[in-house]
Amino acid sequence: MNERIKKAYASAPKTWVWQLLAAFIVACLLAWSGTAVRVSSSTGNGLEVAGNILSGIFHPSAKLLLTLGTDGVPYLLLETFCIAFLGTIVGAVISLPLSFLSASNLVPRGVALVGRVLIAAIRTIPAFAYGLMFIRVTGPGPFAGLLTMSLCSIGMVSKMFIESIEDLDKRILESLDAAGCTTFQKIRYGILPQLTADFTSTIIYRFDMNLRDATVLGLVGAGGIGAPLIFAMSSYRWNEVGAILLGLIVLVLIIEWISAKIRVKLARG
Amino acid sequence: MSLYDRIFKPHVYTLADGTAVEEKRSRAPLILLVLIALTVLSVRITGFDLAVLVKKGSKFFDILKAMFPPNTAYLGKIWQPLWDTIKMSILGSFIGAVLAVPFAVAAASNIVTNRVVVFLVRLFLSLVRTLPTLVCALIATYIFGLGTMAGTCAIAVFTFAYVGKQLFEIIETVDMGPYEAMEALGATRLRAFTAAVFPQVLPTYLSVSLFCLEGNVRYASILGYVGAGGLGLIMNEKIGWREYDSLGMILIVLFVTVMVIEGISHALRKRLT
Repeated sequence: MNERIKKAYASAPKTWVWQLLAAFIVACLLAWSGTAVRVSSSTGNGLEVAGNILSGIFHPSAKLLLTLGTDGVPYLLLETFCIAFLGTIVGAVISLPLSFLSASNLVPRGVALVGRVLIAAIRTIPAFAYGLMFIRVTGPGPFAGLLTMSLCSIGMVSKMFIESIEDLDKRILESLDAAGCTTFQKIRYGILPQLTADFTSTIIYRFDMNLRDATVLGLVGAGGIGAPLIFAMSSYRWNEVGAILLGLIVLVLIIEWISAKIRVKLARG
Repeated sequence: MSLYDRIFKPHVYTLADGTAVEEKRSRAPLILLVLIALTVLSVRITGFDLAVLVKKGSKFFDILKAMFPPNTAYLGKIWQPLWDTIKMSILGSFIGAVLAVPFAVAAASNIVTNRVVVFLVRLFLSLVRTLPTLVCALIATYIFGLGTMAGTCAIAVFTFAYVGKQLFEIIETVDMGPYEAMEALGATRLRAFTAAVFPQVLPTYLSVSLFCLEGNVRYASILGYVGAGGLGLIMNEKIGWREYDSLGMILIVLFVTVMVIEGISHALRKRLT
């Protein structure tokens, strides 16, 4: 018995060379990137600021938190929610044809490659650059934010859509073909049932992310809760920061809980 | 949703042998109704207007057009911030991914049997995840001063939350047989974990971390906007000065970098799984 175990050990693949090499490369990369860390003239009051933010969250400005006007937290949250919701839907609608055109099992390789490069290019431009471009179209406000959100969603949503489409089980289509179904019937009973759950799950996940990322839009004045948050932070009004952050955290947690429930249900059918 | 079934009675089919089969009514109309209501509300609040889009949509391309041809003379000044961005992402991702391990283990309900601990750690991870990265970076700039340190910190926090969540879900789906066998043989729980669970989750863990790194390079470019170093800093500057041809050059360099890093990470992840 012992002999066999020893033999098994001896014949195990020798991977230590690779492991050592990988460790060495990682160590080099870390040492190289470590040079970026310069603890520049620390303003000194950093911990104080962190403390202020914490105490702000625990003592939120009740005035901001409870007013129902257009500058109160509830309305801002509603606006953020609406931007994220409509942005996700518009983005998903645009992604749909784009992802079918870039799925390598449906179209020729060349076309798929062009589609993929286009999607990667859309993903590279950061959100605030889009925000600036859209503000020229619509003027500052939530409309610009919505358009930015939808364009930003396209990148990730189409990437996940493409993966779902490429996982399609083509045998089902063949059997429907053999049963004499028309093209429409093949799409209705062969393709849609396979894709709906995955697509819905992706869209809900992206909505979740959009809600989180909505603060970025505030940087360029494209509506939502970001702008008031950043104004409050740069003018050191910690109670207002606390109120806004508290509202945002609660909203994100609620949406996350709901979306997790729906996605689990979708995954289990 | 049983109320829904009570209002809209399920369709009953009687089979040839007399058994009745119920088919529940589709939920699609209800879901559609909710979606339409939310859409209408959103259109109202955000002021969505297709007419504006059609009429002035071409203005969107004003800046894009101004970016081409890109200002190649500016290329020389991009390298330093670009390296900063990459360094920030690598270091931040590494710190975040390593820090996430103990928290993920503590949040996995099959390893830690104490329910209170599991609940508290998960709540902590959720809270960190809801904190917007931009706010995190802004706080970090107050603490560490302007510069790459703040960006590294923000990326580390983001990576920590993301990898932590993914990792504890992976640990929970692991095959517990080897772990129990080692415990039965008298191994301590730590030893059993490192020998029986860790090898199972390692490939997926590395893959998730690499995936996060990919996203971080892209995200790091935004962080400069609040003064956290890297490409965002010069992007912000060029936007402010309306030098869109330089901005185009920055974006092209960023695009190539992201593609290269994605290519490397994609190849590595394919080997891992």
